[in-house]
Amino acid sequence: MAEHQQNFDFQKNVVAALNDPQLRANFDFAMGSMILKRKAVFTDEIETEQLRAVGNAIRQRALRKLPELLERLERKCTENGIHVHWAETTGEANRIVLEIMQSHNATRMVKGKSMVSEEMHLNRFLEEHNFEVMETDLGEFIIQLAGETPSHIIVPAIHKNKDQISRLFHEKIPGAPYTEKVEELNALARKTLRDKFYEGDVGLSGVNMAVAETGTLCLVENEGNGRMCTTVPPVHIAVMGLEKVVEKLSDVPPLLRLLTGSATGQLITTYFNMITSPRKPGEKDGPKEIHLILLDNGRSRILAEPQLRQTLQCIRCGTCLNHCPVYTRIGGHAYGFVYPGPIGEILTPQIEGLHRTGVLATASSLCDACGEVCPVKIPIPELIRRMRDENYDLTGVVPGHGHKWNLPEVLVWKGWELVNRVPLLNLLSMKMAGLFGKYLPRIGPLKAWTSVRTRPRFAKKSLHEQVQMEGVEYE
Amino acid sequence: MRNYPEKPEKVYFFGTCLVDMAYPDAGMAAIRLIQREGVQVVFPRSQSCCGQPAYNSGFRKEARAVARKQLDTFTKPYPIVVPSGSCAGMMRKHYPLLFAGADDHDRITAFADRVFEWTEFMVHVLRVKLEDRGEPMRVTWHSSCHAMREMNVIRESKALLRQLQNVELVELEKEHQCCGFGGTFSVKQPEISAAMVADKVADIRQTGAGEVISGDCGCLMNITGTMEKGNVPVNGRHIAEFIWERING
Amino acid sequence: MSDTARDRIFDRLRKAVPPAAKEFPSPELPPKTPLNHEEKVEKLKRLMEAVRSEVHVVPAATWTDELKTVLRKRNLKTLLYAPETYVGKAVTKAWQEDREGLPSLTLYEGEIETFKETLFYRTDAAITTTRGAIADPGTLILWPDETEPRLMSLIPPIHIAVLEAGRIYNTFDEAMQAGQWISGMPTNAVLISGPSKTADIELTLAFGVHGPRELIVFVLE
Repeated sequence: MAEHQQNFDFQKNVVAALNDPQLRANFDFAMGSMILKRKAVFTDEIETEQLRAVGNAIRQRALRKLPELLERLERKCTENGIHVHWAETTGEANRIVLEIMQSHNATRMVKGKSMVSEEMHLNRFLEEHNFEVMETDLGEFIIQLAGETPSHIIVPAIHKNKDQISRLFHEKIPGAPYTEKVEELNALARKTLRDKFYEGDVGLSGVNMAVAETGTLCLVENEGNGRMCTTVPPVHIAVMGLEKVVEKLSDVPPLLRLLTGSATGQLITTYFNMITSPRKPGEKDGPKEIHLILLDNGRSRILAEPQLRQTLQCIRCGTCLNHCPVYTRIGGHAYGFVYPGPIGEILTPQIEGLHRTGVLATASSLCDACGEVCPVKIPIPELIRRMRDENYDLTGVVPGHGHKWNLPEVLVWKGWELVNRVPLLNLLSMKMAGLFGKYLPRIGPLKAWTSVRTRPRFAKKSLHEQVQMEGVEYE
Repeated sequence: MRNYPEKPEKVYFFGTCLVDMAYPDAGMAAIRLIQREGVQVVFPRSQSCCGQPAYNSGFRKEARAVARKQLDTFTKPYPIVVPSGSCAGMMRKHYPLLFAGADDHDRITAFADRVFEWTEFMVHVLRVKLEDRGEPMRVTWHSSCHAMREMNVIRESKALLRQLQNVELVELEKEHQCCGFGGTFSVKQPEISAAMVADKVADIRQTGAGEVISGDCGCLMNITGTMEKGNVPVNGRHIAEFIWERING
Repeated sequence: MSDTARDRIFDRLRKAVPPAAKEFPSPELPPKTPLNHEEKVEKLKRLMEAVRSEVHVVPAATWTDELKTVLRKRNLKTLLYAPETYVGKAVTKAWQEDREGLPSLTLYEGEIETFKETLFYRTDAAITTTRGAIADPGTLILWPDETEPRLMSLIPPIHIAVLEAGRIYNTFDEAMQAGQWISGMPTNAVLISGPSKTADIELTLAFGVHGPRELIVFVLE
């Protein structure tokens, strides 16, 4: 499941996920723990709010000045000896990677965790061109062995439990004994991947943020595989969504705290890796070449509209997934595309088009749990509402807008409007509901409602009628 | 915390469409409890719905038309008391967004400023003192997401319940998690909604409470409807209705 | 119209966000009361130990004795070091005095391309300097350079880091300002708060997945 879905059927995915008790249990446990971990870091409410306000301002400023900052980043990186490439589409980005690989006669790539590379479907692309691509983040390594895609943007293999991983390693890693001990599973991965780091011709990484002021690429990680990929092979390719730039070095500390605190409940990760140039003369290690590929893939379009622009504030911490009651129950694969959960509900339709993925906007009860925790204060529920509007809006701006427009539904809402705008109709409909509500046929919404609930009971006498009886001014 | 006014002579009561249609007893209890504090209640007859169903479903224009109707109905400068965190949140937090850029935006923010959720109004403006006359019992509390995250009034709601001496309040383990109602969400994503409400019901059961109290009838309809269908012997009631019964013995 | 991907992207970006006349609001965090020296040492130690670093606060004059004690317990064959640094010099001297039960000192010979095999498969531990540390959030700062290459702190299973206690900053911001990072970032700056770790299997924390299994810090008072 969850390959880039040509025949994306969200409803089918949802039902399949809900009927998988193992998956439900894995997510329920994991998301519960992640919520507690975050809470342990952000203990002081006032301080957290101040920090979120700062994070929000940094990201808004960066987006508002994006052309200027990207030019500056490009200039600084070039001065520092980093090659900068621009890709309008994921296809272009893949081709740039391919050309770099070919120009070095490289055959083996080691990869650090990168959501943009998932967006590019880079592994599939390079494998089709007969390159070896090795995921080296433990979670990514697990799902690569299983032939799957990430189900979470921070903990990509969270849908699998230890037993499943034990079997997978035993089957897929040559000579691996069967073990259920996490330490031993990690050791197996360490041993396998160490050789891969040793042999890798090119290392690829994502970028958590790039500093325009100094031309510095920042990477956040715990395992050390990211540092391996960006230090051991002679060539390092960094892929980055073009929105990930920040203006100043001083923007880094607050964003870093927000990112690690929100993502994994850490004050700071094990490693915070700041890369400013390739190996300089006299230095003994580090890549001899660094290539930075800046990917647009719809981002410049999203930037143009002030409300939608807020989507680009995202720092990919994944905390909205952890806190989402829907994500917790259906897991990441059901969303069908690279970015699941609340952020996926607003980002995927804007990249892939509403006609294909607008249904994702229905996967929210608008409970606002995501909005409450977003470290950069993206008003996710508001943007979900916006996607819902655009689904029906024939004059919208998101690609594929208006695809859901249909006369019956429009008429239902027009009728609803009329009943709630014209007092007499309102009174009449209340009366009708009270008298005949219980005879409503069990079809459509009522059928959906009564699948697990009794039907709503309408009162014989509405509040409108009752207030007239005692001491209330009915004007 | 927001600034609360002095106790007024008169208040508007916005019943909400759901209370109007399905939970009028909750509405009446809320009104009587306000009257009991010597405040006169005005119920404009042309009120209907806050507009949230359409607003959340992609029909902003229709939502605006219905919201306008409320703006034109509650015109006098009285506080507007709403027995629902969700509808209050719609009027207080979302009207200014719904009418962003409107010519009369000042009027809309002034309106939004007058909107109070019922329990916060009882605690901060009316400063009610409740005397429990009921038998000892154990209840649990369900926080609606919008009462919690948009109106931020859960402390107030629970403070009212805690005034009731014979009522033991047992909190839910996963109080912060949505019950799965979400208006049209419950019928557009019925399977996910069903999974969410099933978990909520399980959480309610493990408290051993005989009754679940909430400040939002949408959640209640979802939760009690599920409990009823599953023969779970737990009642559900709006907080105003519950309090009214307790203080009258 | 323009014809490169770059030009087309910039065209769209410039149309999307035309240059703004005003500066943008940048709220700042209220300043925190700086910690005194003891508090900084204590906080750094506490936070780094919480993520399973081993932190020894030792007198500067006798730190190599403590280092020896730590190493003797571990029974290692090799210790990679950088002889030109003050740490390297102290280690050289200490090993000359007594190297009973201690790993033999090895050098980062040549560039990674030729040294890789030794580094990956035949080096038990490495000792490096640090540029400083940050009390909140409890992390070391390393600026590897030509004398002390990047991979010393990453490939060997044990990383020993030496920190002068006077170089502990309150915050990351303070460290960047004091070190004037803005006027010249190194090839690679890295913050290290503990041994390599992962929680990718059932969120169970495990150490030493790709980088060092152990991070041992000597804070020299």
